[in-house]
Amino acid sequence: MDYVEKFENVSVLGAAGKMGSGILMLTAFEMADLSLKPENKGKTFTLHAIDVSQEALSGLLKNIKSQVLKNAEKNIVQLRKVYANRADLIENIDVINQYIGDVLKLIVPHTHIEASYKSTLIFEAIKEDPDLKVKVFKKINEINTLKPWFFTNTSSIPISYIDKEAKLEGRILGVHFYNPPAVQKLVEVIKSENTKPELHEFASMLIKNLRKIEVPSYDKAGFIGNGHFMRDALYGMEQATKLSTEMPFVEAIYDINKITQDYLIRPMGIFQLIDYVGIDVCQYIMKVMKPYVKDENIHSPLLDKFIELGVKGGQNADGSQKDGFLKYEKGKPVAIYDPAQKQYVAISDISAKCEQKLGAMPATVKPWKVVVGNPAKDEILKKYFAELKTMDTIGANLAKNYAKRSKEIGVKLVSNKVAYCDKDVNTVLLTGFFHAYGPINDYLN
Amino acid sequence: MKLRRKIYMVGGYNTISMGTGRKEFNPKIERPGLEYYIKEAGQGTLKQIGGAKNVDEGVIANFMAARFNYQGNLAGFMPYIDEGLTYKPCSRVEGACGSGALGLMSGIRSVLAETADVVLVIGTEVQNTVKAVYCADILAGAGWFKERKEGHAYFFPGKFSDRAGHYYEKFGKEKTRKAMAKWYVNAIENARLCPTAQEYSNTTKDLMAVGMMEPSPRSFVDNLNVFDCSKVSDGASAIAIVSEEGLKRCGIDKKDAIEVIGFGQAENDITKPPKELTKLDTTTAAVKKAFEMANITKEQIATVECHDCFTITGILAVEAIGFAEHGKGPDFVLEGNTSRTGKVPFNTTGGLVGWGHPTGATGVHQAVTILEQLTGKAGEAQINIPADRPYGLTINMGGDDKTLVSIVYKRG
Repeated sequence: MDYVEKFENVSVLGAAGKMGSGILMLTAFEMADLSLKPENKGKTFTLHAIDVSQEALSGLLKNIKSQVLKNAEKNIVQLRKVYANRADLIENIDVINQYIGDVLKLIVPHTHIEASYKSTLIFEAIKEDPDLKVKVFKKINEINTLKPWFFTNTSSIPISYIDKEAKLEGRILGVHFYNPPAVQKLVEVIKSENTKPELHEFASMLIKNLRKIEVPSYDKAGFIGNGHFMRDALYGMEQATKLSTEMPFVEAIYDINKITQDYLIRPMGIFQLIDYVGIDVCQYIMKVMKPYVKDENIHSPLLDKFIELGVKGGQNADGSQKDGFLKYEKGKPVAIYDPAQKQYVAISDISAKCEQKLGAMPATVKPWKVVVGNPAKDEILKKYFAELKTMDTIGANLAKNYAKRSKEIGVKLVSNKVAYCDKDVNTVLLTGFFHAYGPINDYLN
Repeated sequence: MKLRRKIYMVGGYNTISMGTGRKEFNPKIERPGLEYYIKEAGQGTLKQIGGAKNVDEGVIANFMAARFNYQGNLAGFMPYIDEGLTYKPCSRVEGACGSGALGLMSGIRSVLAETADVVLVIGTEVQNTVKAVYCADILAGAGWFKERKEGHAYFFPGKFSDRAGHYYEKFGKEKTRKAMAKWYVNAIENARLCPTAQEYSNTTKDLMAVGMMEPSPRSFVDNLNVFDCSKVSDGASAIAIVSEEGLKRCGIDKKDAIEVIGFGQAENDITKPPKELTKLDTTTAAVKKAFEMANITKEQIATVECHDCFTITGILAVEAIGFAEHGKGPDFVLEGNTSRTGKVPFNTTGGLVGWGHPTGATGVHQAVTILEQLTGKAGEAQINIPADRPYGLTINMGGDDKTLVSIVYKRG
């Protein structure tokens, strides 16, 4: 396998989407690095950005430019070395402008898939729809005579299924980036039964060059990330539904969102996370996973209800949060949707009452942002969970049960051969979900 | 050389040093520009000296407004401070980060030449108009442009990182790093006592640990962390340089003034590398001249404002003055001699690392701090000035030990 040669003609499918644009950018950085190496002088590198929406592609280039600028500013120390032999590039600003030009000239936008017919490498980040993915891959593979390698960003569809249905003969690998790809360190890598070893070898090198963390997952629908998240979300929705028999729905949502954020010291509550990913996307992932999971019902009536009501969450093109379970102002939740009344109820109207019911927070609790990068993190968490364990408030009990369930999900991912080991499960939650601690821990033992 | 006339400084004023660290600083919203700072500082001093009518001449010291603010002809901002300054002479002076003290020297010379009795000197820089990565380009102008291409992305941190690296090699890394961290601790502790300081609201508990943070060569330089560096700042400082007649005209009592009793100015070739990376030769030359003119020794100094553009530069300055021999600067600092309760408190309002470094203003800011300390007006930051050691010393540096001014003061 020639690493450099593979990069000479690359396509990204779904390039203007949330994940696709991030993958496009990371690929562009890697290709720019290669194209700027003296030994690759004279070689041509092309990165086809393919998306059905012309409008989205126009926005994409503008967005990519600002991202490349940020990246160049951050990496100026290294970039000056790259351009050391260019006597005309003297100041940082000269180097940065040249780099932006060198990255952008790689990218060619297209609205038609034909552009990928001469690519040797194809990254895919289109809709999470098994039939659509198979159809697209099959078509490219039939016409493209170069036996291209397919890297799919699927977060839930088994790779072996796509491989077989699209007749790719093992030229496919699951390379699952996390949102946003430019920031998140985690990349889940999934081989099909027949994935050729050189694809994995290549992907590992790319991931390493991008300074990301590779975690392998078995080829089981949902893999580790969604395997944990979907079950964790289902548990949250079940708990909220249960609570809503004793209290208004919006209060139940408030409670569980608070438990999962503040009590469990996570970056966001479970309902905010569902909104962040998109209620529709969550519903779709569960639909993909359901047929493959025999002993559990991976399905949420609550998600169906919200979709029926047209409340979908997800993000706007500029990365801002759309309203879902929660309503957002400047990225912060301010209200909760009441499906019965079809309107949002302000959090400030219910929070005091809810918190009184949940009881006092443990005295040793600290916000996630204080804990996550703290060198004394383990000590803080040990102390906190030790206190939580002794408490008997409604809030504390909900939190303890939630943490236990989260651990149970993690342990089962290993015993069901979705994850190779406990550590991989924890790494996925730490690096892909920014949790301060892995779900498989002994804090509540 | 002897001073032919008595020279005093009065009416010192500092604006806030604005930038990261200040609670009110937000890089995303528009902030006051150069003219705002010049006006605030200028009016601050005019109020204390009886107004514009008492001023004979103005000097504006600034390094790179032409690039930070796309502004030249800064002398034209003098009458903007107060209409009463219209048609009075004004010059703008530049000597990189040493511009401020060049401004002072310009005022001192006018008074000595008897062409003025009251000179208003303002130093200013507004740097937060650009991000750090471009700020580095602009500040690199303090070095020889022909060296820019070969230099580090962060040009001056790169230069002083090299100095620190050589110092580590020659005299031991561990102790030197500890002393640099200690320098940072002193700077922040002092800044916390001065409301205009950029680090005034710093609440970090374990400052030593922060100071000891490992450098990250991939994103910055090899031998310095960001806490070893002075701040990127917007600010201005102003002071009036006056003769005895000037004092009378302004109605200011001598005891509220400081007297310049010696100065040393020294220049070195910008196209040549330092002779010895672990020494500040030009600083030594300037301080020596200042001491000779003042006819005092270092033992008589109560406090020093030195040009700690980086913590290592502070340590090298300790040696350049002669408080410690070559290689012993770190010990002198670690023993606590330069802290505010030590033998010779350095940079009592935080210096460039803690108070801030609006480059063109720094030399003037140092004079204002000495004025406040020697006249007992430093507020919370006041240190004890022993009766038998009544002198204050300043060192202002432009470039990598190139443009130097050192001044010795005592209370008037």
